[in-house]
Amino acid sequence: MGAVVERPTQDQGETRPAPALRSKRRDARFPLVVLALAAALLVTLTLAVTIGPVAIAPLTVWQIALSRLTGLASGEWSAAHENIVWLIRLPRVFLAALVGAGLAVVGVAMQAAVRNPLADPYILGISSGASLAAVLVILLGLFKFFGIYSLSVAAFFGSVMSFVIVLTLAQNRGTLSPVRLILVGVALSFVLSAGTSFIIFRADDAEGIMSVLFWLQGSVAGAKWSYLTIPSVAVLIGTTYLVLQARPLNALIAGEETAISLGVNTNRFRRVLMVVAAMITGVMVALAGAVGFVGLMMPHTVRLFVGSDHRRVLPVSLLAGAIFLVWVDVLARTIVQPEEMPLGVITGFIGGPFFIWLMRHRRDALGGGGS
Amino acid sequence: MTLHVENITWRVEEHTILRDVAVDVAAGELVGVLGPNGSGKSSLLRCIYRALKPDAGYIALDGDNVWDLDAREAARRTATVLQETPGEFEFVVWEMVLMGRTPHKSMFARENAEDHDLVENALAQVGMLSFADRSFSTLSGGEKQRVLIARALAQQARFLILDEPTNHLDVRYQLEILDLVRGLQVTTFTALHDLNLAATYCDRLYIMAEGEIVAAGTPEDVFQPALLRQVFGVEAEVQVHPRTEKLHIVFLPAHAASLPDPAPVEASASTVLVGGR
Repeated sequence: MGAVVERPTQDQGETRPAPALRSKRRDARFPLVVLALAAALLVTLTLAVTIGPVAIAPLTVWQIALSRLTGLASGEWSAAHENIVWLIRLPRVFLAALVGAGLAVVGVAMQAAVRNPLADPYILGISSGASLAAVLVILLGLFKFFGIYSLSVAAFFGSVMSFVIVLTLAQNRGTLSPVRLILVGVALSFVLSAGTSFIIFRADDAEGIMSVLFWLQGSVAGAKWSYLTIPSVAVLIGTTYLVLQARPLNALIAGEETAISLGVNTNRFRRVLMVVAAMITGVMVALAGAVGFVGLMMPHTVRLFVGSDHRRVLPVSLLAGAIFLVWVDVLARTIVQPEEMPLGVITGFIGGPFFIWLMRHRRDALGGGGS
Repeated sequence: MTLHVENITWRVEEHTILRDVAVDVAAGELVGVLGPNGSGKSSLLRCIYRALKPDAGYIALDGDNVWDLDAREAARRTATVLQETPGEFEFVVWEMVLMGRTPHKSMFARENAEDHDLVENALAQVGMLSFADRSFSTLSGGEKQRVLIARALAQQARFLILDEPTNHLDVRYQLEILDLVRGLQVTTFTALHDLNLAATYCDRLYIMAEGEIVAAGTPEDVFQPALLRQVFGVEAEVQVHPRTEKLHIVFLPAHAASLPDPAPVEASASTVLVGGR
């Protein structure tokens, strides 16, 4: 009784010789992708230094850098050019690259840690904590005893404080659930942002308010070589750790219980991820303010091209984040020159539409589920 | 690989979710655990794969307490097939199965040809090799389940835990999945929803109700109409199917139970049974 239901047989693939697996070929090709991106970063760094009110030839950029580093290169350039390249543009371009790289990598880690694609480096209230501290420094003149570093130091401690508060409040019977982390982080952000707004509205220092607003949108203006050591170390150590944990990260986004059954101690791992992410983000926020977008969107953009495997997502995000933020900063300092735009304005105006366009054109790769 | 669960108890605040649960699975056995929703089946499994730590009692794999093993060693012994999916994150089938190698690889190790062979073999064994490059989220329920079983195979564990592997699958795939598991020759402990599938495929069964084991034994031992009424709240007739020689349980609707003469019920039930011959 009952009708015979025709079903397509699905065994036909097993009888013919096993096809060369695309996934395996992709693994083999991956080092080339990284090399290409590294070359693109090098070109980006060079071009970014040439662009500005004073145009400088790419070759001159390299000659100046080489002569400064080794004393070997020689050529024809003025002392003014040398100062522009070595003292102003190079450190700024490097800082932009480091911040972009760091935030993109932390975004990847955070999205895995809370298993939520909407997570970003600031999900633990780190930017709002840093912002409140920055406002206290700029408008109320607190923490003056740190001198010219007072803003950076305060912002760093502000971010660490909010991170510790979120982590403590999100604990429940010894476990850290992703949902609690997100909710506590969002709730604390509201409280801290309210504090920031309160101080801004009570202030009558117009110039101070401008610099606060600027800081809140992120900027790498005024970078010095001495600023680069700490973020370099943070990005290097953080990324190395995360790349070594690529397999557990994969397991984590495959599912909480899946990760446990694959031998990942999810509670401990998530806590370490939080600390690593908070340290990198804290350093970035301290130096460049709350640069948005990169940490949220760069991981997605990268996943559209290389999939979710963290062995690919992490290195590609690092390089792509660096390239992206260097170009964002080039625009920030050129489109309304001699004025500067904060980075957040550029990332919002250009990055947002770009991401939406990308998502619509590669729909099959993102959120193709449910079909 | 043998599993020994020694009187475990697990509480959430004042609620006792598992009470003195004892289970034994011998090497090579396929053992099922059945029970109504909320009876504690999943909690029991979660204790075994260390997602939960029992408040009392212990769980031993080949004689070693699972909580004395480190997480990776426990995962090298036990593979699980759960109802979890990566949600918003896209993986291709190949990557999902390669994850099974996680507990075998140190931080610095790269995947080598042996890992790739294991993944290919596992995919071939579940008939999914030609799907290796497909996005996991585009697969049907049965295909996903087979990929997750392939991951468990790539994990090379000698003990397999399945949490309702036939859930939400069409009948054909329910049978396919359990035939596949049966053919693996791996010691298996599985939660199941469907009593007839359990009777057909399992060597032995545990029946749970309200956090306790209320019956254990072969399908013939445990599937008694009185027990089914008590645990599942249904009227049922238990027969031996003439062709499979396995138990077959026919659930009776409420009005059938009150019919004066049981004979017509039996007749119509057997008509259905032999109808396919």
